[in-house]
Amino acid sequence: MLDEREIRQTLASALVEAAKTDDRIVVLEADLMSCHATKVFKEAYPDRFINVGIAEQNLIGVAAGLATMGKIPFAYSFAPFATRRCYDQIFISVAYSGLNVKIVGSEPGVAAEANGGTHMPFEDMALMRAIPGMVCVEPTDATQMEGLLPAILDYNGPVYIRMFRKKAEKIYCADAPKFELGKAYRLKEGKDVTLMASGIMVARALEAADSLKEQGISARVVNVCTWKPLDKDEIVACASETGAIVTCENHNVYGGLGSAIAELTVRECPVPMELVGVNDKFGQVGKNAYLSEVYGITANDIVEAAKRAVARKK
Amino acid sequence: MDVSEKNFLTAKARQLRDDAIETIGTFGVGHIGGVMSIMDALTVIYYQKANNLDPKDPKNPLRDRIVLSKGHAGPALYAVLADKGYFPHEWLKTLNKNGTYLPSHCDMNKTPGIDMTAGSLGQGLSAAVGMALGAKLDKLPITVYCIIGDGESQEGQIWEASMFAGSHKLDNLIVMLDYNKMQLDGPVCEINDLSPVEAKWEAFGFYVQSIDGHDIEAISSAIDNAKQSGRANMIVLNTVKGKGASFAESAKNCHSMTITEEMWRKETGRYE
Repeated sequence: MLDEREIRQTLASALVEAAKTDDRIVVLEADLMSCHATKVFKEAYPDRFINVGIAEQNLIGVAAGLATMGKIPFAYSFAPFATRRCYDQIFISVAYSGLNVKIVGSEPGVAAEANGGTHMPFEDMALMRAIPGMVCVEPTDATQMEGLLPAILDYNGPVYIRMFRKKAEKIYCADAPKFELGKAYRLKEGKDVTLMASGIMVARALEAADSLKEQGISARVVNVCTWKPLDKDEIVACASETGAIVTCENHNVYGGLGSAIAELTVRECPVPMELVGVNDKFGQVGKNAYLSEVYGITANDIVEAAKRAVARKK
Repeated sequence: MDVSEKNFLTAKARQLRDDAIETIGTFGVGHIGGVMSIMDALTVIYYQKANNLDPKDPKNPLRDRIVLSKGHAGPALYAVLADKGYFPHEWLKTLNKNGTYLPSHCDMNKTPGIDMTAGSLGQGLSAAVGMALGAKLDKLPITVYCIIGDGESQEGQIWEASMFAGSHKLDNLIVMLDYNKMQLDGPVCEINDLSPVEAKWEAFGFYVQSIDGHDIEAISSAIDNAKQSGRANMIVLNTVKGKGASFAESAKNCHSMTITEEMWRKETGRYE
């Protein structure tokens, strides 16, 4: 079921609310305010909203300078431009400098749809994950985005927020847990395999788990919304208890969620593992559903991967 | 400026040059050219103009901010900060050595008194713009100084930052260009010419002054003028690369040089 709220509007409104009592919060845009629904922040706090124009290197540098003055800047752009286009600025001016800048990269992976290959980041999390100290999080729906914001504000350091802009499949309801950075959330119990999913892949993993059940496979589903730092305890527990893992990401498997989890489990609890994600491909224009077929990131791809993973168990 | 102040600043700049020559010489190699060329400007900023600098409280929120965007000139700043008492003078002997607090490029998390990490060229100016914006947001009456290089000005980010600062009339920002006309591979004008540099910054909305970057009085007056301009400010410091280190001035290109003990001792007259 689609969420009733867009993630972008939810984040923007939550920032407006948080900024009432926290005057450190500032929002920066690089000419994509209308894509991120941050106009509400501009209207509420015109002085604390800075549009640098189409200049992502300066976007990040200005954010870093504001952070040295005690501000908590949220610097927005489309994910490829918020990461690739200004990678060295994020690396040096933000992370190496130890500054408290939050970067919001929108339209992850196939969500870029009609904007196509130039705008379709399958590598943003890999890039951000390679920066020491960078927290990388992909909220699944509006409730999780809203719930994570206090933790993001509390964390005194750089955070990359991979944000699906519009109405996502609704995963969390009013009784959702208190969200924390570095925690994974178990959504469905199972004993034969664990599907570890993030972002738009969470709903697909849940759908896959239902199909697998019909086929006699009991799949656990865990939402790994923080790719770095990983919830080590939960991931190792799932590896140990279910004996097989399928990672599900709207991202290149090179350097992404599957890589991150494999880096952990190969040391802590090696089990048969399959990686559902984009396999070393560029993006292209198309609808989400079409692109998901093309790149092999549908619920059915997860089902097939789970069967392979289970078959590999000794 | 009265004569005694001018004499003090002139002597201070000479002493700081000697400290920097000894610092780089002790390590054996470094960016002597661009260190020497900015020393007069740093002296005027740190010993005359900048407000609320306190070595005992280097993070005082009311201090003026100073960003050395051409981060490879770190040893110039280290000479100043040591002299001011931000850290012990003996640290200068540790430049670039294992475990040092004084890396070749400025690091705000390693060295007390550094306001912004720099080294990847072009980035410091954007941070300075952010600082100027932050000061305005909090209505802090501070000035942000940012020193950029001429070779550094070939980075696109310099022009992203300057377009923004100019269009937003950041009058609490004073950018200084160390226009020594040489970069690592040769003359700036041959590699990727910056001229007419004054016209470029004027076109980007800055109040531009172009002065002799080794004239203490001219630097001081230009900063005074800048504070009254009502616009973002550019002071073009026409400088000589290696100024005040004779072996560097006479070298074909002194961007980075090997400096022997004999060279630095002879230059500074420090033999004991």
